[in-house]
Amino acid sequence: MTAVRIPPVLRQAAGNQKKVEVTGSTVGEALESLLGEYPGLRDQIFTEDGSLNRFVNVYVNGRDVRYEQELGTPVGESDEVILLPAMAGGR
Amino acid sequence: MTKTYRDLLAEARERVREVTTAEAELAGERGATLIDCREDSEWEQGHVSGAVHLSKSYVEQDIEGLVPDRSQPVVVYCAGGIRSLFAAETLVGMGYQDVVSMSGGFQAWKSEGRAWEQPRVLSAEQKQRYSRHLLIPEVGLEGQARLLDSKVLFIGAGGLGSPAMLYMAAAGVGTIGIVDFDVVDASNLQRQVIHRTDRVGMRKVESAHMTINELNPDVEVVVHEVMLGPDNVAELISGYDLIFDGTDTFETRYVLNDAAVEARIPVVHASVFRFEGQLTVFKPHEGPCYRCLYPTPPPPELAPGCSVAGVLGVVPGVMGLLQATEGLKVLLDIGDSLAGRLLIYDALDGAFSELQLRRDPACPACGHGELQQPVADEGVFALPTTPATTTGVNA
Repeated sequence: MTAVRIPPVLRQAAGNQKKVEVTGSTVGEALESLLGEYPGLRDQIFTEDGSLNRFVNVYVNGRDVRYEQELGTPVGESDEVILLPAMAGGR
Repeated sequence: MTKTYRDLLAEARERVREVTTAEAELAGERGATLIDCREDSEWEQGHVSGAVHLSKSYVEQDIEGLVPDRSQPVVVYCAGGIRSLFAAETLVGMGYQDVVSMSGGFQAWKSEGRAWEQPRVLSAEQKQRYSRHLLIPEVGLEGQARLLDSKVLFIGAGGLGSPAMLYMAAAGVGTIGIVDFDVVDASNLQRQVIHRTDRVGMRKVESAHMTINELNPDVEVVVHEVMLGPDNVAELISGYDLIFDGTDTFETRYVLNDAAVEARIPVVHASVFRFEGQLTVFKPHEGPCYRCLYPTPPPPELAPGCSVAGVLGVVPGVMGLLQATEGLKVLLDIGDSLAGRLLIYDALDGAFSELQLRRDPACPACGHGELQQPVADEGVFALPTTPATTTGVNA
């Protein structure tokens, strides 16, 4: 099982959970496993053609998958996937 | 056995070689450390260019920090050449192998027209106010003088800006610019600690100005009661050394980012949401910029601000102070800045985590060769461009 860390803005659509355990050997599979459980997250993570939304960054063990193998980036048992959407709040 | 001053002087001369000012100058050029062992008040009146100050009364305590290598050549001088003999003798006694004393001292040096300089001097009040900074070698008098000469611009006098501004003002940053068009609201006071209950309804720039003046009269406050936008951003940020981004909208953050990249001004960036904060430093063309991190803004429903989503008041406090910390590091050029790293604070977990950020070679703001290219699909977030002309020079 791989842990996906859900950012605060997306938690409502993920059963108010901070971390969700998923299966899959790539980032794409892990995210599909997450969406299988919480389909309400789909529009916030993927575009209509199935690629990652550009306002959500995905990191595996602190590294941006955009500079790895995108959705094909391998994930293992002890890896942590972090979803990071932009936040604007400052006041 | 009683020893007179003359005995002591003779002993010192036996153990320490004396050199002329010309020899001292040459030794300095060849890499010797020139130590000025006079008192603070004498040093402040002027000293040999390139010399370091180590008052005779602190020689034993501080020399090992200043010159750790005992084989390093050292030239000691004072005003006339006597105190430096005794200071040099102490160094010889401590095992320094190549120590000489400059005869004639600074008086001879100066009268011969050799290079000297006057250090930046702090007033007695400033020395007292910043004494805890002056004690830190990484800041010291030089660093404090640098802060006093620095100009920092705050975009937003709100949750992040308030604590950051207070501490930058307390630290003695000489000029603080504030951009904010809002007025103080009662709901701000839960976290925007630069404002006060009796100032509800007052312009935020004015309220912040008042608090900073009360805190530190050294700080000159420049207020800009405007909304930052593509039309005024270049003018607003011009001349500042550093920018604090504490705004509440993506539009402002992109507009600021693009202009700061263009003007090559570093931005200390933070954002907060409920119990979480994000922080990084954008150093134009050295590290990633905001568009490298987030190429496009999220749709509004995915990015509510504090006024919609709420925020635990201390979270912008923590993040604002971390912004101030990074800001001081950038201004003083010390430590490892957060450029290229995103620090995430989770208040509920009580945990910090760090993500690596990369420069995007295809970034429309800081990517190579595409600096002036407007971002077609982003509408309001387009890069600031020069006003349209019929010549199409910038097309």
